[in-house]
Amino acid sequence: MGINGKSYIVGIYEHPCRAALDKTLPQLHAEIAKGALADAGLSKDDVDAYFCAGDAPGLGPINMIEYMGLNNVRHMDSTETGGSSYIVHVNHAAQAIAAGHCNVALITLAGRPVADAKEGKPVRYYNQQAPDFPFEMPYGPNVTNMYAMCAMRHMHEYGTTSEQLAWIKVAASHHAQHNEHARLRDVVTVEDVINSPMIADPLHRLDCCVITDGGGGIVMASPAVAKSLKRSRVKVLGAGEAPKHLAAGQVDLTYSGARWSGPKAFAEAGVTPADIKYASIYDSFTITVLETLEDLGFCKKGDGGKFVSDGNLISGVGKLPFNTDGGGLCNNHPGNRGGMTKVLEAVRQVRGEAHPKVQVRNCDIALAHGTGGLLGSRMGSATVILGNEDA
Amino acid sequence: MSTDQKKIDLVVNSESKPYWEGAARGQLLIRVCNACGKAHYYPRTICPHCFSEDTAFVEASGNGVIYSYSVTRQAKPPYVIAYVELDEGVSMLTNIVDCEIDKIRIGQKVRVKFTEAGEGYALPVFTPV
Repeated sequence: MGINGKSYIVGIYEHPCRAALDKTLPQLHAEIAKGALADAGLSKDDVDAYFCAGDAPGLGPINMIEYMGLNNVRHMDSTETGGSSYIVHVNHAAQAIAAGHCNVALITLAGRPVADAKEGKPVRYYNQQAPDFPFEMPYGPNVTNMYAMCAMRHMHEYGTTSEQLAWIKVAASHHAQHNEHARLRDVVTVEDVINSPMIADPLHRLDCCVITDGGGGIVMASPAVAKSLKRSRVKVLGAGEAPKHLAAGQVDLTYSGARWSGPKAFAEAGVTPADIKYASIYDSFTITVLETLEDLGFCKKGDGGKFVSDGNLISGVGKLPFNTDGGGLCNNHPGNRGGMTKVLEAVRQVRGEAHPKVQVRNCDIALAHGTGGLLGSRMGSATVILGNEDA
Repeated sequence: MSTDQKKIDLVVNSESKPYWEGAARGQLLIRVCNACGKAHYYPRTICPHCFSEDTAFVEASGNGVIYSYSVTRQAKPPYVIAYVELDEGVSMLTNIVDCEIDKIRIGQKVRVKFTEAGEGYALPVFTPV
């Protein structure tokens, strides 16, 4: 059973805070749920499906449903694929709604890594029983050096340069200047990026995303419920999800799981990359964007460097406006999980409610893509294609 | 996120113990499947290619080339993480040691060496040939 046209995104909310010292993690989830439901014009008693990922404390949905008093839930999903989880959730909620399991689905993400660090709590938990752990952790892998190895290999195979990667940050910064909530609002240049301190060769500080607290939420609904609401509806046209990993030692760091999640989403939506007016692309690092754009078919494999250069990702300037909220590179990467905010800005674009300086004209079809886990080892990739009522 | 290299104790369990013991003897072990004949990395009891349980550790040549690498500059001292593609056709995460960091290149030939990891175990790392 397909999902095209069988559900809508009817409410969204992005928490404005970027440091949450005075808020607990469950509280952030609840504030986000309240905001997203208010945006939709629905109440918590309308929610009959709840979706969350590993950021939700306790047993995920169970504890959060109790805390928020969601009394009518009959469908739950806590699929965890790292930062892409929430795009997977959009897909799963669309499937559940299409199958008649629920009518109103709530998805929430929240995190407080900034506050946790200030309070001396461990930054990241990694399960010692993960099968890769014994053979990898002794060598000091961290988020940055694992993405850096992808950039290094991409440069080696395709001649991609640091200047080309820098253009991705430059584009994000051009958008972030208009977002009053963005963590970084200063416009930067290619020189600023390549002159920023080297963190893990070849990635500089400004090739890396921000670390922020906060989160976001999405409310999805069946066509019948969506049509009863006053809010403009955003139709789910297609979605795909895929794991990608080290393949028993056949390592290839030059592509992501978007190679598989993308074509499935495009096929289901019945559109091609040329039809996409706006793209939210997961931007944990600049290299994440570059490889993803190639894998989704916006350019040929290896041509990503040329594609992103000279402002091609800047709204109003280039051919493919991306991350017009400033993305994870400049705006927000709540809980080190950027998939949620990718969907939120795509929804704003289709609604015509992005900041006027970055709103894409006639944005009838938009794409959001997430990369969870590590581009340099194992990841969960997820793509969703959204459209307006006529799409 | 910490940028310093984690000095963690090795995780020794029933699947990893022979690997660390081999390293302590100066052997780099990879897991090979007797049913399909293919090697894999990291080592597993059940073959990820064909799902056979007939797998065994065999000694690798210890030779390979750097597939990719990165220098973690903010760590004190900086260290090099890399994927090395072994002559046997599988790649493994490792460190490149005992060399001039700024001369490391993709495609460079490297050879395994072993650093003591305590309690009779050792960790395979690589150095340029």
